[in-house]
Amino acid sequence: MKIEIRRYHPHFEPKYIFMSYEIPEGLTLLEALEHIKSKLDSTLTFSKGCRSGVCGSCAVRVNEKEVLACEYRVKDGDKIEALKASEVVRDLIVDMKKPLETLKRAKTYLSEQNIVFMNEEDEKMTKKQSDCILCSSCYSSCPVFETNPDFLGPFALTRNYRYVVDKRETKKKEKIEAILQNGIWDCTLCGNCTEVCPQGIDPKTDIMMLQSWAAKFGYQNPNIANFGSFGLDF
Amino acid sequence: MIYDVLVIGTGGAGLCAALSAKEEGAKVLAVGKSYPTRSQTSMAQGGINAVLSENSDTIFSHIKDTLNSSAGLADKRVVEYVCKEAPKAIQWLDSIGTPFSRENGKIAQRKLGGSNAPRACYAQDYTGLKILHTLYDFSIKEGIEFLDESFFLNLIVEENRVKGATFLDIKTSQVKQILSKSVIIATGGYSKIYKDFSTNSSHATGDGLSAALRAGCRLSDMEFIQFHPTALKKSSVLISEAARGAGGFLINQKGERFVDELLTRDEVSRAIYNEIEKGNEVFLDIRHLGKEFIEKNLPQERKLSILYEGIDPLKEPIPIKPAAHYTMGGIDVDENLETSVENLYAVGECANAKLHGANRLGGNSLLEIIVLGKLAGKNAAKRAKESVVEDKIYEKTLMDANFIKGVFSFPNKIDFYEKRDFLSKIFYRNVGVYREEMGLKGVLSVVRQMQRELSFMGIKDKSPLYNTNLIEFIEFGNMIELAETILVSAISRNESRGAHFRVDYPQRDDEKFLAHTITWKEDGVLCADFKKIKN
Repeated sequence: MKIEIRRYHPHFEPKYIFMSYEIPEGLTLLEALEHIKSKLDSTLTFSKGCRSGVCGSCAVRVNEKEVLACEYRVKDGDKIEALKASEVVRDLIVDMKKPLETLKRAKTYLSEQNIVFMNEEDEKMTKKQSDCILCSSCYSSCPVFETNPDFLGPFALTRNYRYVVDKRETKKKEKIEAILQNGIWDCTLCGNCTEVCPQGIDPKTDIMMLQSWAAKFGYQNPNIANFGSFGLDF
Repeated sequence: MIYDVLVIGTGGAGLCAALSAKEEGAKVLAVGKSYPTRSQTSMAQGGINAVLSENSDTIFSHIKDTLNSSAGLADKRVVEYVCKEAPKAIQWLDSIGTPFSRENGKIAQRKLGGSNAPRACYAQDYTGLKILHTLYDFSIKEGIEFLDESFFLNLIVEENRVKGATFLDIKTSQVKQILSKSVIIATGGYSKIYKDFSTNSSHATGDGLSAALRAGCRLSDMEFIQFHPTALKKSSVLISEAARGAGGFLINQKGERFVDELLTRDEVSRAIYNEIEKGNEVFLDIRHLGKEFIEKNLPQERKLSILYEGIDPLKEPIPIKPAAHYTMGGIDVDENLETSVENLYAVGECANAKLHGANRLGGNSLLEIIVLGKLAGKNAAKRAKESVVEDKIYEKTLMDANFIKGVFSFPNKIDFYEKRDFLSKIFYRNVGVYREEMGLKGVLSVVRQMQRELSFMGIKDKSPLYNTNLIEFIEFGNMIELAETILVSAISRNESRGAHFRVDYPQRDDEKFLAHTITWKEDGVLCADFKKIKN
């Protein structure tokens, strides 16, 4: 069976080209890419690692939807492309610098070292969010980057939420303040991120939760506040 | 720019080393060939050993179990240090936000093979992943400087003292030097020599060990390679020991159990291999643990089994085989984690700190990267304070730049991908769970032939831009360099101990071999000797 891969090399003309490869049946996409590289075309460039869905190296888009190559079984005619929203370096490899830089801006860490009594219920609060493997599938699926390249994006916001609701976190307000600009109010709540997450994380809901945390600390959605307050004078 | 501490490798050991060096006030740079969260540490599932309360378990038992498993090759002082520091390590991980699983308000612990008590702290079956990501988050908070996608080529050493290292910038194929007063190698193990017969990430190619070997370091106990008993049959993807710890059965196709599932990994692996050699198929049966338990504690295992084997462990037993999992051998270090080259440290799976000896206990490797990672960072930072490095272009940097240029014009008459596959197969067959002299010597001659042929191999991709063909070729070169040290060590050790089982010498022989196997290079020639262990 055949798959098509969108190749990219900035020094070549044209820079982008779809190339078709014949591969054996029954492979995961990562196995198919390895097959192509070692047997058919050594110039094919992609990232790989654990092949068991935990290292987050091999996220790509198949038929315009984000998947981990190691967790996807190839089908005839599949179109494979690099992730969106990050700069493509070559073929299926994107530069992770910009997506990862959002973590620092979103202060995704415990503010100060702290040990408190925690039971199973406390653990559950962050269990799903801390399954994140930083594959940046959600980042690629997010439409906000088309209009706001400085948006923090789904994984940084989910990770911020993971620390906001951590019982050990002592400065929750400070955490929330880090994600007001280019953060929770810029999200359109389209849910693409939730749909593509290979770990079943739900950034959309986490972002809505962060919005209510923000409200609790007295921060309002600036997009709504602009409309509401004037003109309605009784 | 001259750093105080250069950390090479950004997995769990590298991050801990960088954090503790920075805490000591050092100027630190952490360099990796990929990104921190993509490292091998993310794959650790089972847990991290520590005795958290002396009621039902004791630090003494942890020490005893570790020493028992090591079959005489662990250093008692190191084992004691690590086991005693273990509770503090868990406390520290807790304090920086690690989302450990909880039970009755405490950090949950489970029993892994070879331990006599539930001692492994865990975070579902994502223990490594969650520790690694928490360390990464904490590193961002602490402002650790990272340099990603830079491939470690060689150490810069003058008069047996390290001055820095050379790296290949993967994005441009340019060689650059980074100078530092102390250097810590934390680049992980070499299980990927077994390629498709290894549970490891494709990054585990032993780059740090071979660079250290070339720089004059000694490697020790290289023949000790742990095979994990339960890897998926088709893909070698790991099924965590937690599955057996929780009461999973090992059965053959007739449904017969043939081994005590909670023996150490080497014993269970050999029992499984024997069954397979008899023509039987081997399965891990966890059906009786129940849906709720599996979904709560082993969700990853279930997902991977369905994906790679088409088997749902809730309904059917999982087909398995042993696969290369962890390399006990490594860069020889003293109890301060310093190598035989001054100011050069090594820690984690790439090092042999003599914590695991001939066989590692499950749950002790995550512990090692935290406890010894921090120790290495601290020691390296202290040493940096009394050292100076001259700021100049070192000869090694020019040589490596020339070498990389040369690789682009290698003739590529022999396909190294084919050789890499072949190497992994003959290694699994002859340097696997069982070894014997004839087979080992046969593989050694193949490996030496590959070394001679290396300059007739080469790369097809001639672009300098993110050339993974080039990276894989250099990794292959590193692996055949290490393959020789493994074989020479395995051939020299005419006995069976821990993970090293010689069919032709099935007994342990303390009189001759209660010793570390040491290998090193003199003028490019590999030498080997034993260093007796004094009691």
